[in-house]
Amino acid sequence: MGAGTQSPSAGSSTDYSGVVGEVLDVDGLLADPAIRIVVCCGAGGVGKTTTAAAIGLRAAEVHGRRTVVLTIDPARRLAQSMGLSELDNTPRQVKGIDGENGGELHAMMLDMKRTFDEVVQQHTTPQRAAEIFANPFYQAMSSTFAGTQEYMAMEKLGQLRSADEWDLIVVDTPPSRSALDFLDAPARLSRFLDGRMLRMLLAPARSGGRSMFSLVTASFGLFSRTVQKVLGAQLLTDLSGFVAALDSMFGGFRQRADETYRILQDPQTAFLLVAAPERDAVREAAYFAERLVAERMPLAGLVLNRMHRSEVTGLPAEESEAAADELDAAGENQLTAGALRIHANLVRQTEREQRVAATFTDAFPAVPAVSVTAQPADVHDVDGLRTIGALLA
Amino acid sequence: MGERVSRWPARLHVVTGKGGTGKTSVAAALALGLAAGGKRTLLVEVEGRQGIAQLFETEPLPYKELRIAKVAGGGEVRALAVDPEEALLEYLDMFYHLGAAGRALRKVGAIDFATTIAPGLRDVLLTGKVKEATTRSQDGKRAYDAVVLDAPPTGRIGRFLNVTAETAKLAKVGPIKTQSDSVAALLRSPISSVHVVTLLEEMPVQETLDAVAELKALRIPVGRIILNATRPALVTAGRVTKAELKRGLAEAGLPTDAATVTGLATEVKDYLTRQELEETLRAELTETGLPLVELPLLPRGVDQAGLDELAAALMRA
Repeated sequence: MGAGTQSPSAGSSTDYSGVVGEVLDVDGLLADPAIRIVVCCGAGGVGKTTTAAAIGLRAAEVHGRRTVVLTIDPARRLAQSMGLSELDNTPRQVKGIDGENGGELHAMMLDMKRTFDEVVQQHTTPQRAAEIFANPFYQAMSSTFAGTQEYMAMEKLGQLRSADEWDLIVVDTPPSRSALDFLDAPARLSRFLDGRMLRMLLAPARSGGRSMFSLVTASFGLFSRTVQKVLGAQLLTDLSGFVAALDSMFGGFRQRADETYRILQDPQTAFLLVAAPERDAVREAAYFAERLVAERMPLAGLVLNRMHRSEVTGLPAEESEAAADELDAAGENQLTAGALRIHANLVRQTEREQRVAATFTDAFPAVPAVSVTAQPADVHDVDGLRTIGALLA
Repeated sequence: MGERVSRWPARLHVVTGKGGTGKTSVAAALALGLAAGGKRTLLVEVEGRQGIAQLFETEPLPYKELRIAKVAGGGEVRALAVDPEEALLEYLDMFYHLGAAGRALRKVGAIDFATTIAPGLRDVLLTGKVKEATTRSQDGKRAYDAVVLDAPPTGRIGRFLNVTAETAKLAKVGPIKTQSDSVAALLRSPISSVHVVTLLEEMPVQETLDAVAELKALRIPVGRIILNATRPALVTAGRVTKAELKRGLAEAGLPTDAATVTGLATEVKDYLTRQELEETLRAELTETGLPLVELPLLPRGVDQAGLDELAAALMRA
């Protein structure tokens, strides 16, 4: 393997232009006063929170917008860098940012339970609210129900939007099992809360035990007996109490979820899919893109985080490795041998990442994308966020 | 074999880790490794992700224990995707012989209702099924030599495994309570062990430390911390001079232009920055006092051969 051998792929290993069709213009998006909401979504662990924070910072510093970032579950150090020390439903102004353009950055962490409590308080009397809060089902559900976090994130987004205090709201979505949960969970929760099952549980109380639909009554009886058998009578009593207490709020839950859903379909919103160049994350992004298209939600583009790149264009991986072996065999220049292996690994990684990224861009050629170069160390200060923001834009 | 048992003594291995750390691959590799030598193991997933099917490139798994891999020496790995609805129906049928009535319940949405109203209940059903498989006997013999659970990620693992506390809030007596108590006892016994998979990156390591502390507080035994995708050090020197690189490149007959030399020097510098960070993180993990197992990065991704390599590495550890 001579040093002069030129493999056919030489040079292409560091050609990034092939990764994306159209390049996503993040600055254009953030500068557009008609855009009021940016939603960052994607699988867990792809850097959604960091992306959301970096976008918020850039909107404030570069585009002079009064911005609020709603984070769901930020890493501790990232939260601290934005001055967030605890779950707190109030936006706090982030210090240490450049306000020369007239922009401001505020950040908040979603307190799921408190948001749920607020919704309850808004829709019912103080006495009823107290009953609901004391119910063990409410306590379990408001803190652990799968989907509560998504519902409450949407609820909070709706609140922030209707307050109309912000030029731009940047939303980080919950670390769900699936990115689609953000869209599905609120509907699932509201369907559940005003669903058939709850009505059935309530039916005997409402109609004095008689129902027009004997079939329903029969299966309800069966259901209720089974639940009693399996879970015990106390649990059923608590459940009925919970259901009865929530009864007055049925319409409210669904209506609010529906309203927020409509805002998400509005052109004032821009969805940013966030992915890392890994198979699962990119597949998740593709599911989400399909879904956004189907729901007529405004998909602005794809952010590919943690993409590696090499500035050294003339050294293909194989050639570098062969040269490293030769140097090692000669027993000298071990440092250069190591450097060549580091380079070869990097080139292979960039190639692999581009192949993974291409599975998305091939399937969605019309969706613009932008790559963010991987940083050697994790980002957990405002300077780091600024760097990411510059790479994005 | 005796050695393997002493190295991985538990019968139920719960594998957790932050999303993206490769916990499903590690769980699969562990199931393969423990099946060596004519053993039978069960690999279980509970989150409806069909991660096992994707990993083994098969059709989505039904709620059934099916063989997913044969292992040299006559061993086999079976796989099961536990669906909470199916688990509830099975449970009801087992204890109450509901049969068709159970299906009627599903029709009116009662099953969906029962498994969503209380996630604690859902977790009791999922962990209950895992317990059943772990303790099941057939013809006087254990059905499985080992069960490996691809568990929920670190952020949810404490709540998932702490079934008693979650259900106790809702069911104070009755069969669900009994069921959750027996699961809780199993998870706190030497029969089971929780392993945490991590990468040498800040967030996964932080979550690993948090999860270990949480599990210890719950008195749930933690087995090992598994460092996935580790790489041998390629350069150890603290400093790289361009002159040295240039000399080496010339020696190897490669281009020695300024762009190449500067580019390589930057790549080495970034690499060393990364390595330094990794050493700090490794030290933080060592401080837990738990045994660390290192698995190599698979340059070609996780395929069959890669899983076998990870399985062998786990069994050596």
